Amino acid sequence: MSAPGTELLSVSGLEVTFRTDAGELRAVDGLSFDLRRGEILGIVGESGSGKSVASLSILGLTRGPDTVISGRAEFDGRDLIALGEEELRELRGNRISMIFQDPLSSLHPFYTIGRQLIEAIQVHRSARKADAAARAVELLEMVGIPDARRRLDEYPHEFSGGMRQRAMIAMALANEPDILIADEPTTALDVTTQAQILGLIKDLREQLGMAVIMITHDLGVVAEVADRVLVMYAGRAVESAPVDALFYDPQHPYTWGLLGSVTRMDRPRAAKLAQIKGQPPSPLALPAGCKFRPRCPHAFDRCAVEPPLEPRSGDSAHADRCWLGPDEKRAKRVVEGGEIGLEAA
Amino acid sequence: MLRYIARRLLWAVALLFIVTAVIFVIFNVLPTADPAQLRAGRGASVEQIEAIRESLGLNDPIHVRFARYVEGVVTEFDLGRSIFQNNAPVRDIIFDRLPATIMLTVGAAILWLAVAIPVGVISAVRRRSLLDRTTMITTLTLISAPVFWLGLVALYLFAQDVGVIKIFPGIGAYSEADTFLGKVGAMILPWIVLASATAAIYARYIRSQMIEVMGEDYIRTARAKGAPEGVVVRRHGLRSALTPVVTLLGVDIGTLLAGNAILTETVFNIPGVGGELASAIGQSDYELIQGIVLFGAFFIVIFSLIVDVLYAYLDPRVRYS
Ligand SMILES: Nc1ncnc2c1ncn2[C@@H]1O[C@H](COP(=O)(O)OP(=O)(O)OP(=O)(O)O)[C@@H](O)[C@H]1O
Ligand SMILES: [Mg+2]
Repeated sequence: MSAPGTELLSVSGLEVTFRTDAGELRAVDGLSFDLRRGEILGIVGESGSGKSVASLSILGLTRGPDTVISGRAEFDGRDLIALGEEELRELRGNRISMIFQDPLSSLHPFYTIGRQLIEAIQVHRSARKADAAARAVELLEMVGIPDARRRLDEYPHEFSGGMRQRAMIAMALANEPDILIADEPTTALDVTTQAQILGLIKDLREQLGMAVIMITHDLGVVAEVADRVLVMYAGRAVESAPVDALFYDPQHPYTWGLLGSVTRMDRPRAAKLAQIKGQPPSPLALPAGCKFRPRCPHAFDRCAVEPPLEPRSGDSAHADRCWLGPDEKRAKRVVEGGEIGLEAA
Repeated sequence: MLRYIARRLLWAVALLFIVTAVIFVIFNVLPTADPAQLRAGRGASVEQIEAIRESLGLNDPIHVRFARYVEGVVTEFDLGRSIFQNNAPVRDIIFDRLPATIMLTVGAAILWLAVAIPVGVISAVRRRSLLDRTTMITTLTLISAPVFWLGLVALYLFAQDVGVIKIFPGIGAYSEADTFLGKVGAMILPWIVLASATAAIYARYIRSQMIEVMGEDYIRTARAKGAPEGVVVRRHGLRSALTPVVTLLGVDIGTLLAGNAILTETVFNIPGVGGELASAIGQSDYELIQGIVLFGAFFIVIFSLIVDVLYAYLDPRVRYS
């Protein structure tokens, strides 16, 4: 076991390619990031940027005859990408757990919540049914489900959306994992429930000391829970920064665009900031050079070559993938009413 | 759950009534051969026929006849009388024929499930493998093969009397066998013939169900839990994929018991309900036909009731809605 604050999971050069009828689809393309013990890492990006595929691939859940996965994902001295299926299976739901976007479709409709919880426990430990059931009640109480003993016998469709996601979290935490990967856990929920679930995840992180990868397309969620943020675009990281630095001193034009298009609860969006124009590139036909170039108003000739993900000078914690110099960036991003955007409308 | 069952039960009763009415109309209102004339035989005088009409109550108004018919069905399950088998009650003829049909149907159902479930599941899990492609082509062939032809081929290949490889009892063996085991032996070829097309249909259906289910989010959850793949396929996948098969099975067993095994029973000369129906049609014994059809409709309605209840038991979402 490494000391607190050091890398728990270290992903480098992750590539995931699907062979499809339409051709080779590279969903993740050279993704690298570190996850530290006890931290919440937010991964943001538009739909299709490869967030889900990247996290599923770390757990081996995209493996198949039509998938090619390469790169490394070091966890506990082992490379998860190269690990055999049986060893990986022992880690899943045990040391690394995952929860998903739609808790209703993610729970088996024919089995009770209790049975599904007990299965999560018994897959990894030989516990007697009664002991596992007692533990299941404990878990449901831990995630704030009242009257837990009775609810054990209920089916997923009898739970409300928020309660279902709580049950999913309980299931994921059954074996006290080191890492919880949460793939858009609140997207399917209403705003109030969303805040409750995010609060719960933060509390449980404190309580259990696990690290969390919070995948979302919503920068609001990131601001709420994350310690560090990774911005993904077209299957790669374009910016990586502590959460404050990302919001107050964003470096990559794509991040400016994301920030400018956040819908905010507390005040109307600055009307003078434009949305990012155009569509994200198809993973079947990625542009040469910087992948954001076709949508970037600041692109110049150097962008024909893809920039590396480089730390800023003087700040090794903040890296981005853009050729613009620090002063150019400060000059080019649009600030409107305290908000940062890519372009003026 | 109880309310659900009560509702289905009520619906089944209503359906039975409607079916009875429709069958009554088809056989009694729409022009068919005159039953009095059929009974009287050739060369009977007009008076004789009229006397038979009167004794059968055929001159009563149609609603009176229908009421009498329903009353007979409800009180003593009276399905009418055969015209050409000495006025024997249709009910007794059917009950006499039913054991053979039940044995044929149940055996074939067990056989087609035993083949289709593993084949469907393995093809789904090993999609696009050589095994999958082979099964898909084989099943397609079996589905398009007429039962009559399949039966004759089976006899030609394997029957003890006429077959190339004389291993299984052939035509008429069921009637000749006097022990249960003998009857089982006699059923082997009919079972195979009756089951093969259905097994093929089921295998394809289970395969497509299974492929769909294995793409569900809850399958991904099961894998993310660390459940071994075998458990994921059986406990999480198959459980969902087989639930709609129950509906199919209920309908298929219902229709086979109702006489849908007619071709197989005819080819192998098995004294079952389907065989009886075939000969009744050949003789225009329309009361017997009517009785068998009504009886068959009962079977189908009752089996769909059983299926509904079973489905609610299997899918908790139905139970509570
Ligand atoms: N099994 C698969 N086979 C082929 N292509 C896939 C597969 N899974 C994902 N993809 C493709 O990979 C790309 C990245 O998908 P991914 O689900 O990771 O996006 P995402 O960032 O999670 O988006 P979202 O916010 O919509 O969840 C998409 O273009 C998607 O169509
Ligand atoms: Mg996703």
